[in-house]
Amino acid sequence: MEFTAVYKMPDSLSKKPFTYCPGCHHGIVHRLVAEVIDELGIREKTIIVAPVGCSVFAYEFFNTDGTVAPHGRATAVATGMKRARPDLVVFTYQGDGDLAAIGTAETIHTANRGERVTTIFINNAIYGMTGGQMAPTTLLGMKTTTSPYGRSPEREGYPVHMCEILKELKGVAFLARTKVTTPKDVLTTKKYIKKAFLAQTKDIGYGLVEVLSTCPTNWGMPPIKAMQWLEQNMVVEYPLGVFVDKVGEEK
Amino acid sequence: MKKVMMKGVEAIGEAAIKAGCRNYFGYPITPQSELTEYMARRLPEVGGSFLQAESEVAAVNMLYGASSVGKRVMTSTSSPGFSLMQEGISYIACAQLPAVFVNVVRGGPGLGDIQPSQGDYFQATKGGGHGDYRLIVLSPSTVQEATELTLLAFDLADKYRNPVLIFADGLLGQMMEPVAFEEKEITYDNSHWALTGSKNRPPRQVTSFNIDPYGLEKMNIELQKKYRQVEANETRYEEFLIEDADILIVAHGTVGRIAKSVVRMAREEGLKIGLFRPITLYPYPYDALSKAAQEKSLVLTVEMSSGQMLEDVKLAVCGKTKIEFYGRMAGVVPTPEEIFTHLKTLIRGQ
Amino acid sequence: MRRAYIEIDVERCKGCGLCINACPQRIIRFSDKFNSKGYHPAEQYDPDEKCPGCGFCYMMCPDTCITVFKAVQPVR
Repeated sequence: MEFTAVYKMPDSLSKKPFTYCPGCHHGIVHRLVAEVIDELGIREKTIIVAPVGCSVFAYEFFNTDGTVAPHGRATAVATGMKRARPDLVVFTYQGDGDLAAIGTAETIHTANRGERVTTIFINNAIYGMTGGQMAPTTLLGMKTTTSPYGRSPEREGYPVHMCEILKELKGVAFLARTKVTTPKDVLTTKKYIKKAFLAQTKDIGYGLVEVLSTCPTNWGMPPIKAMQWLEQNMVVEYPLGVFVDKVGEEK
Repeated sequence: MKKVMMKGVEAIGEAAIKAGCRNYFGYPITPQSELTEYMARRLPEVGGSFLQAESEVAAVNMLYGASSVGKRVMTSTSSPGFSLMQEGISYIACAQLPAVFVNVVRGGPGLGDIQPSQGDYFQATKGGGHGDYRLIVLSPSTVQEATELTLLAFDLADKYRNPVLIFADGLLGQMMEPVAFEEKEITYDNSHWALTGSKNRPPRQVTSFNIDPYGLEKMNIELQKKYRQVEANETRYEEFLIEDADILIVAHGTVGRIAKSVVRMAREEGLKIGLFRPITLYPYPYDALSKAAQEKSLVLTVEMSSGQMLEDVKLAVCGKTKIEFYGRMAGVVPTPEEIFTHLKTLIRGQ
Repeated sequence: MRRAYIEIDVERCKGCGLCINACPQRIIRFSDKFNSKGYHPAEQYDPDEKCPGCGFCYMMCPDTCITVFKAVQPVR
């Protein structure tokens, strides 16, 4: 009997083992991005702009050219790249602290200009790399090392909903929020990521996919329980779905 | 060469275009907004790209991006804006990316004012951002020199893969003077290191990051080696009537120009005064100044600051000659007359 | 007859169990062995040859450890 590999590591990953904690969703999303790059045949003209945070090493995991931006500035770096070399495909990969706290201004203005840039936004409601501090997307009542009594709206304000903010900006061509806790979610997320890249390659505008993700380590839960917690809590706070789609269906 | 009347900052902009710069990112701030406006007008005419960023923080990172894909890039700003760019400059320096910055320095600290100053000397020459890095700093004293140094800045940036700063001030930026541009063929090729897409080659990374201290130290050693080369090869200065001079004035940029007038006034009165004008503030012309100050009775450092370059003058002179200082701060420009009066007071006291 | 099977790169595996959780056939388990990082990696245990090659384990694996192989000729 002859067998053939039907699911295997995509070419656009460098094969270097990920540095993420067991069960962390970064790895799933990395693979999906790489699969999309493979399928679009753009590996040799794609550049990743990694952020500061857990995915600071992301540029090492992709089999593409890459760099690391200062904390929060990934989309500004990507903007510079695209303005200088519009023929390249540039994507940023950012966490919630990077994109929705220190980099909020860059995020909003990049989206508003409709930069031909794609952003993968990992929202796990916490700062991972620095050890579990409160994120702009931390849920109300959620305990972190800097909200040890639980996030309170009076003290720390409310969880930031980036998709709901960005959907009002006319430069946005594709915008969706998703999760990767089930195989079905994974397939949906891949479809969204592809559209976010097509928004760029078809010269329509800015594309962003927000992926609700687990952080088992800093949430203090085993990976499977973390996924359940995500389903029961994060999805309630952050509704899933497509917010903007100017890309349309693939023929 | 044909001469045209141009405002300082606009001449810098035109020189950048002549140097092959087709990507400019900036944010308006007085007293340099005319440079941003000039690039907004001119770049589309030459097939370039101008982008007004949402902040200086964004602008410097756009520069990082555009430089990392191999293009000649420039931004311009004034003091508070340059402060905002420091983090990005540190990244650019460590990632060894060429980029040209123009700081049209204004009175500070804080919001300060919008008048000419040299109060950002420490920030420019001693590293305004974090870590062990250096900017190559060029200090022009005339509009013509500003254009020449701008052309040089792009060449040095590419040659050393290092950020280069044009250290100007509002006086130079706003003044109109006749300038002539050297017409030369500009070619540059950064494809051997730039992020151009990994076609027919292994993927490439441009970063300022190494989590391993030994690896990062290696990167630092490489940087330091480069800075020693810059110091050996790129030190520039002007000496004006120093041979027979008894007293040496040391001043750079706009103040260097004012000091030249002081020298002329003094010479008319028979006083043997000379001028030493550093053109590169980093690398600082320590050796040349040390030599120029020998056998002089007095070295007078004049600055539009509280005496920031004075520290480098002291390092150069190394106690061998008496050093005095005259400075105005906060955007006040010293006149040749007041400097000369001060000088005569010092001479009387000798 | 075997229709499909998976290979797990045990050295990449961090033993998170997401593949085990995702497998509809319940034919993936933690190995008794340790890998060099000290994790119990996942392993396929499929004595009844139930694996259809659905790829759910691959899709959920955060460390791209899993390769799914399917029979070239569909089994009749």
